[in-house]
Amino acid sequence: MKVIVAENISKKYIIDHQKAARKGYTFRDSFSEKLKHFFGQGDQDEIEKEDFWALRDVSFAINQGDRVGIIGHNGAGKSTLLKILSKITEPTQGEITLKGRVASLLEVGTGFHPELTGRENIFLNGAILGMKRHEIKQAFDAIVDFAGVDQFLDTPVKRYSSGMYVRLGFAIAAHLNPEILIVDEVLAVGDAEFQKKCLGKMRDVSESGRTLLFVSHNLTAVQALCNKTYYFEHGRLKMQGDTKQVITNYLSHIATTKLERTWSTPQEAPGNDEVKIKSLRLEPDYQDKLQHIDVRTPMRLQIEFWNKLDEAELNISVHLNAYTGECIFNVGTQAQVFNKGVVAAELAIPGNFLNDGTYVISVMIVKDTSTVLYQMPEALSFEVEDYRESNLTWYGKWPGYVRPQLDFQISQSEVLV
Amino acid sequence: MAQTEEVVIGAGQTAKNYWRDLWKSRELLWILSRRDLSVRYKQTIIGAGWAVVRPFATTVVMVFAFSVVAKLKGDTGVPYPLMVLSGITIWSLFANTFTQISNSILINSNLVSKVYFPRLIMPISSMIVGLVDFLVALTLYFIVCIWYQYLPGPNLIYLPLFLVLALLASLAFGLFFSVVNVRFRDIAQLVPFLVQIGFYACPIAYSSSQVEMSRQVWWYNLYYLNPMVGIIDGFKWCLLGNASFFKVESLYSTVGFISVVLSVAIYYFRRQENSFVDYI
Repeated sequence: MKVIVAENISKKYIIDHQKAARKGYTFRDSFSEKLKHFFGQGDQDEIEKEDFWALRDVSFAINQGDRVGIIGHNGAGKSTLLKILSKITEPTQGEITLKGRVASLLEVGTGFHPELTGRENIFLNGAILGMKRHEIKQAFDAIVDFAGVDQFLDTPVKRYSSGMYVRLGFAIAAHLNPEILIVDEVLAVGDAEFQKKCLGKMRDVSESGRTLLFVSHNLTAVQALCNKTYYFEHGRLKMQGDTKQVITNYLSHIATTKLERTWSTPQEAPGNDEVKIKSLRLEPDYQDKLQHIDVRTPMRLQIEFWNKLDEAELNISVHLNAYTGECIFNVGTQAQVFNKGVVAAELAIPGNFLNDGTYVISVMIVKDTSTVLYQMPEALSFEVEDYRESNLTWYGKWPGYVRPQLDFQISQSEVLV
Repeated sequence: MAQTEEVVIGAGQTAKNYWRDLWKSRELLWILSRRDLSVRYKQTIIGAGWAVVRPFATTVVMVFAFSVVAKLKGDTGVPYPLMVLSGITIWSLFANTFTQISNSILINSNLVSKVYFPRLIMPISSMIVGLVDFLVALTLYFIVCIWYQYLPGPNLIYLPLFLVLALLASLAFGLFFSVVNVRFRDIAQLVPFLVQIGFYACPIAYSSSQVEMSRQVWWYNLYYLNPMVGIIDGFKWCLLGNASFFKVESLYSTVGFISVVLSVAIYYFRRQENSFVDYI
């Protein structure tokens, strides 16, 4: 039986180029814009609007009891799809038919109020997720037991540790008993013990004939849990089918992301009258038959630029930033005097150093170790995939921006008899 | 498996089952109202006592400023403090509910972006919270009127009518502002200001009979255009009896405003609610 049938789903957002930040957009801004237009001031391109299709013509059908993994890069449309399935936002075009009650876990502990006690929050959260009062009462003991918070039932959740908070949130959701369960990266939290419990619960859900949709960046978890996988790219459903097949395909696609930019003449190259970028190249030393960068892969970053200055003391500074914008590290070359011509630099990034994630490299050319001649903020970007020894039972997101292999020994220093 | 309901999601689809969904979500409405009520006075010493202290203290200050210092007179035969207290009681219902409704979508933004339910639940739950506060304040009024030995007469049976009008008025204006508030945060600044102006523009510290004495002034009609004048005068008339001034005609603008603004606000709200999540 088909429980979810989606036909040509599309979702359009209108991006306002001038006002990138919608938050804090005041009435006055809007009013003064309209006024400017009225008096013929303000160029048309000043408030240029652009359509952005977060999802485009997505169709699929999910059978009852399927466990479907949804994978793709950031911004591929996964979250938008979940939001549409959970009725939080409507599709611009297309239709989805759902059979049965849907519970979506886009975030654990949705609507928890910090001032309320654990007991009160179970009822609040349950109601928010669509449970009836008698259902919550029925499941109450099981929820408390699953979360392991029985001692703190009458304590406001603001006094809970973050682990307890998450456990309680997941426990409520796990006892929803919906026909269709939608889960978004909840496994990214909690300790190994709890994650095992969650995975077990999610397996139970599917084994009892219910349907599961699981969105994750964690391919290992998807592989362990899902029998089918959908791979999204730029808002389109790029591939669907057997999990193993789709994941292999996905990994091979990642390798083709552009790791190289070259400009053949200085005229078209980015830069200014003093320096122009000639080429940027990230060369991974692949550790696997698959051509993709994972946490083990060492890389070399090669930079070339045209120098138009005579006898200038120059050096290159490289920032490696996380996708979210934090700087992971900043390194610079020695400053040296160069003449007109091409200058080349190479930076070695070791393997077993960066954690999995998306990273952005920015390149800066500096004169006299103080004046920035030219900066290229998003020169290259690349994605580092997760890799773990297969005997690990922990599927959560490995925390931190770096994942170095450090010398770390453990031994028994004393034996008690 | 029990009966499986079929849901269709598409552009404009939620609209079809909206009112049915709203009715189905009544348990959520109840629990959200309870949350707001029980959270309000957590970690306070006198707790729900604040619902009494606030109108009481305002009354004392008003009586001092307008009656003792400015020598303002109420309607003849009506104790001035009782007139002020009854006015404050109904005004607070309107003002608090109006303020809370206009913030209701924003303060629940974490819910709006994570789960689906008919969004009208949030303003309606604010209304229930306001109503509970009102009932506490009304109890205070009855205690004070026993102290003054000035008990309400048979007019009291009309009280629910004015109560409903006050709630509808707060819903009408609040709903409209709550939608605008999602996109333009100016509303958060504007609302307290409007409430402050309203407090003096409405017959709370004075009686409409004093306005009647100066019929020829230019602002006479403007005064009665205020939809709250009829509600407040009517409410006072219910509690204080016929000695309190009440002109039935003043309800024309009340009913007119409420029906127009409420229909516009609900239409506007329903049209915008699916895009709340894109702007919050």
